[in-house]
Amino acid sequence: MRGLRRRLLGGLARRPLLAGSALLAPGAGWLAVFFAAPMLLMLAYSVMPRGRYAGVEPGFTLEHYRRFFEPLYLGILGRTVAWSALATAICLLLGYPVAWVIARSRRRRGLLLFLVVLPFWTSFLVRTFAMIFLLRDTGLVNALLLRAGLVAAPLTLLYTPFAVLAGLVYGLLPFMVLPVYASLEKLDPALLEAAESLGAHPAARFFRVVLPLSLPGVIAGSLLVFVPALGTFVTSDLLGGARQVMIGNLVQNQFTVARNWPFGSAASFVLMALVLVSVLLSLRLRERHAGEGGAR
Amino acid sequence: MTRRAPGWVLAVAGAVYLLLHLPVLVLVLFSFNASRYSVAWTGFTLEWYRRLAERTDLLRGLRASLIVGTISTVVATVFGTLLALALARRRFPGRRALEGLLYLPVVTPEIVAGISLLSLFVLLRVPLGLATITVAHIAFSVAFVAVVVRARLEGMDGSLEEAAMILGADELTAFRTVTVPRLWPGIVAGALLAFTMSFDDYVITSLVAGPGSSTLPVVVYGMVRRNVEPTVNAISTLILLGTSLLIWLATRLTRERPVSAARG
Repeated sequence: MRGLRRRLLGGLARRPLLAGSALLAPGAGWLAVFFAAPMLLMLAYSVMPRGRYAGVEPGFTLEHYRRFFEPLYLGILGRTVAWSALATAICLLLGYPVAWVIARSRRRRGLLLFLVVLPFWTSFLVRTFAMIFLLRDTGLVNALLLRAGLVAAPLTLLYTPFAVLAGLVYGLLPFMVLPVYASLEKLDPALLEAAESLGAHPAARFFRVVLPLSLPGVIAGSLLVFVPALGTFVTSDLLGGARQVMIGNLVQNQFTVARNWPFGSAASFVLMALVLVSVLLSLRLRERHAGEGGAR
Repeated sequence: MTRRAPGWVLAVAGAVYLLLHLPVLVLVLFSFNASRYSVAWTGFTLEWYRRLAERTDLLRGLRASLIVGTISTVVATVFGTLLALALARRRFPGRRALEGLLYLPVVTPEIVAGISLLSLFVLLRVPLGLATITVAHIAFSVAFVAVVVRARLEGMDGSLEEAAMILGADELTAFRTVTVPRLWPGIVAGALLAFTMSFDDYVITSLVAGPGSSTLPVVVYGMVRRNVEPTVNAISTLILLGTSLLIWLATRLTRERPVSAARG
């Protein structure tokens, strides 16, 4: 009866004026022309011989991908992956306690969350300048160290791996806190009480109850930190200087300074491959742990 | 999770909150410091703000940023919202695949998106300038808007629109009086995201900007690469003030619109 009435009434409703394709066309079209087409163009460039001055020449070659296996570029690749992984680990170590405190607070939860979200809306450039202001030779950190008598001369903090890592952690930390908080917030306190009454130590309660149940949040947060870190350009450019080059800087350099477009394109696709592998891996991991989470 | 966290966890969390906010606070504070090179506090001054007013390149950059930001936000918000509506409300072949593909621009590193777009513009001999910047900003914002609005649509089924149409509203009226007011917070959030991303973008903009078409971040980036002077602190403070104002405005917009729409 219900279904029949609904169908009759549904027939009275006017047909949608705009078909799906009409709603879809402007946005999907724009992305096809100004996102997908350029990517395909660059894919083509990456397997074409280099032009004499700039650009490419007709032909097919895998030389640019092969060149990426030279020690210099493997080093840049290794540095990019290692720093991204390290930044992710530090964000996890620093972000987890924050997420925990937010999840356990009652009255101040709104304020604590707001303070984590605030940096999202603060200009990324401004935050990077703030790091320079703190870390340079005449910066605040050095001024405090000098005044305290801890060092005799200013430490070189800027243009070091330390500065890049600090910048990455500072910029990406909120991306770790929010998903971990979201999964901790859903955790049933009764589970902890049960573990406690069964005689589990605080450490055991954490490692055998809390941590496994928060794994989906940890995986999501790690992805949200790791992927942007892989594509870093500004942080390594401003805080790392010329010596701490990551893939993003290599890509830019090949297009603007070295004028080797095919090699820059190949480097771009190596970066894209890293990003896509990380995304797929985290999706697989999340699927597995979403299924297990409740059963443990 | 209701019991209090142990002391050391609170300590770590407190330190992280300090690390998260202290750098920007210090940057703002020292925009009022009279000393040019040292971080010793030598007195209050508005000198650096006065000097900003003399820099015509900053004012031109701000103008460029506002033009690009406004146009790209409007276009990306409309296109992205329509895209989200199509994905949520219409059935068509390849919908699932398209939904997955929508995340591709979101995860693509800016440097890759910017370089590839530059390659296209160079190949087609498109002159670089404000137009190419705007086109690029729309391209990277559309997917973000669509994802945000799509998330808002997740919890809304189409039955209210259907009811409005059964009661005689045509699709446009149903869309205007039923869909938009309910979707409004999602649309505003998407637009806000689009504008702040456009206003803050350096990487893609610097690649597709022609000579003389620098936006504010591109001008400021150049200042920073030369030397971080107190004027940089001052312009940063103004940027922070501007974005705070915008977000305050947006939260007000999302709060009041549904009420007035229901009355009208």
